[in-house]
Amino acid sequence: MSRDLILSSIRSSLGRRAGQPVPARPPVLLKIPEVPLARRIGQFCEALGKLNGKSLVAKNLEEARDYVAGLVQGRRAIASNAPFLGECGITSIPGVETGFTGRMALRERCATYDIGITSASFALAETGTLVMLSSAEEPRLVSLLPPVHIAVVPTSKLLTGLDELLTLLPDPAGHTSGMAFITGPSRTADIEQFLVRGVHGPGEIHVVLV
Amino acid sequence: MSILPAGEIRKTLLDDRLQTAIYGSTGRLVGKRRESIDDPVAAEFEAWRTHANAIKRHTIENLDYYLEELERNIVKRGGKVVWCKDAEEAAEFVRRLCREKGVRRIVKSKSMTTEEVELNHEVEKDNIDVVETDLGEYILQLAKEKPYHIVAPALHKTRYDVADIFTKTLGVERETVIEKQTMIARRVLREKFLTADLGITGANFLVAGSGAVVVVENEGNARLSSSAPRIQIAFAGMEKLIPRAQDLAVFLKILGRSATGQPLTVYTSFLSGPRWPGEIDGPEEFYLVLLDNGRTKVLQDPAKRQALYCIRCGACLNHCPVYRKIGGHNYPWVYSGPIGAILSPQFHGVTRDPWLPHASSLCGACGEVCPVKIEIPKILLELRRDIAEAKEREGEDRVQQLAFKAWAFVMTHPKLWSLALTGAPYTMPEAENGWIRSVPGFMKIGPLAGWLSQRDLPAPAPKSFRRLWKERQEGRQ
Ligand code: SF4
Repeated sequence: MSRDLILSSIRSSLGRRAGQPVPARPPVLLKIPEVPLARRIGQFCEALGKLNGKSLVAKNLEEARDYVAGLVQGRRAIASNAPFLGECGITSIPGVETGFTGRMALRERCATYDIGITSASFALAETGTLVMLSSAEEPRLVSLLPPVHIAVVPTSKLLTGLDELLTLLPDPAGHTSGMAFITGPSRTADIEQFLVRGVHGPGEIHVVLV
Repeated sequence: MSILPAGEIRKTLLDDRLQTAIYGSTGRLVGKRRESIDDPVAAEFEAWRTHANAIKRHTIENLDYYLEELERNIVKRGGKVVWCKDAEEAAEFVRRLCREKGVRRIVKSKSMTTEEVELNHEVEKDNIDVVETDLGEYILQLAKEKPYHIVAPALHKTRYDVADIFTKTLGVERETVIEKQTMIARRVLREKFLTADLGITGANFLVAGSGAVVVVENEGNARLSSSAPRIQIAFAGMEKLIPRAQDLAVFLKILGRSATGQPLTVYTSFLSGPRWPGEIDGPEEFYLVLLDNGRTKVLQDPAKRQALYCIRCGACLNHCPVYRKIGGHNYPWVYSGPIGAILSPQFHGVTRDPWLPHASSLCGACGEVCPVKIEIPKILLELRRDIAEAKEREGEDRVQQLAFKAWAFVMTHPKLWSLALTGAPYTMPEAENGWIRSVPGFMKIGPLAGWLSQRDLPAPAPKSFRRLWKERQEGRQ
């Protein structure tokens, strides 16, 4: 079997025995700066803005809801099953459908609707990133198939950056089968390095920090 | 033994449009990288490189341990690991799986490892529709060409080329506006994503402690390939390992910046097996193909095995005066540029393409920019020594002759030679007090070798005579 063949030839090249322990690993390099919330919010909006993503800081749930309602107006949207969206009242905005649990129904809506609305497990201030842990509440396709993605995230989920995230979740695989970082709208520069947004994923992204 | 593709190289050098495309694109990537690492948030970039190098060294030196750990963790979460010693085995596995599962359509996101296997060609034998979904790769698949660059595969194509390709193969009306071309591809490929049974992705990193595959991208096609179809296969060279998810903090920061000057690419997917019970989407089955295909051979040499640290960022290509002139298709294998020049001979044996390690000016730029600090120039020199030894073993001069041809070729092609010189002020760090102690490598073989080994050369002027003369001539017209 190739497995054993490969492993034994690796060991003979490296001069190692099966089951031999490894020497101490280089230490993990994680640095978490002290950044007050207001500054984190500013960083997040600035970083996302540079990538042509839009952001809004909402003072309360109603403001978040109104902003999203304004975006949805006249269009069809699918919302994920994240409880926070319900708390904000976003799932009762006219034009927003939610509560899908069947694979085909979800897919069909995501593929044809104009807007996907999600929350996010975390957001990273330094890079303007959304961290999505996929689950029954937060399926993958809602933030992926529709041309517009709106994420509504409480500021309590706003971390400084990647280092803080990996400190909180040293092993993401223990929490989800799939984690995705989303940093701005989908883009490509494959033809003459000319930037085009929305090639496969959403070309427009709005993040509402509540 | 393949010989120097002199005719092809000459064609590339004389093609002004192509020269502009390669030079312009790589130049822009160089600029974007510079900008992103000059940003104060990347003040510790050098420390990150050193750290990344230490992690890679540790992992490669203990590769068997981490491979077994990775396998245990993937299996624990319901995924399967398929160990393949070569391209045939990998292709055979995919074909068999397709037969067993009744797969009719495959969507693929960018993966250099599947290029090694020529996977598309293999599965097409069974009448399976296999579609590249990265825009650049899709264009090349339609044009029946190989990637030109490991990060920007269609770097050599202009919008007019794309217009021709789309009209001819998709039967759409001729369209030369890049946004609209992109939307044509989105439309065609969207349909494929929604009807594919199997998604194949590459892997930028394999995380041993998590049993996870990490894929970075900007378009969303890798996310779609791993989310929409019911089966997912990730393809990875087995050197892609890192021990822990926390190590990603350093690797993601250096990869995006070195490749495209992005602090973080648009999407990073951390995939750790089939979907969990209750989840509505995501793959039902998850396979990781671990490919050897010569990697264990590279491991045998303690000095040169560092070539396996490569994270395929493409920075060494963009900074290489030779790549920037001869482009990607003149290299004999899927990996081009400096990294290709050190990987190909190690995978295929030094006598297959003995000209390759000599087709370098040894200006040192590749080693200076490599985010994991692979000593590319040093490996090139070692490979040259190996070639010389092979020559002795074979008792004949053929190997050296081929290498000499590469040297002679550069010396007798004013365009290439002038490039090596004009590139020099930016890329030759060794100039001290106006003298170069270490000369471009192609001068170290051939008739001048002995002479030059004893002497220093004057450093090139900031503007070479050639360039001054050219400007003067142009000014007169
Ligand atoms: S050798 Fe280094 S610079 Fe070149 S592609 Fe690999 S990681 Fe990047």
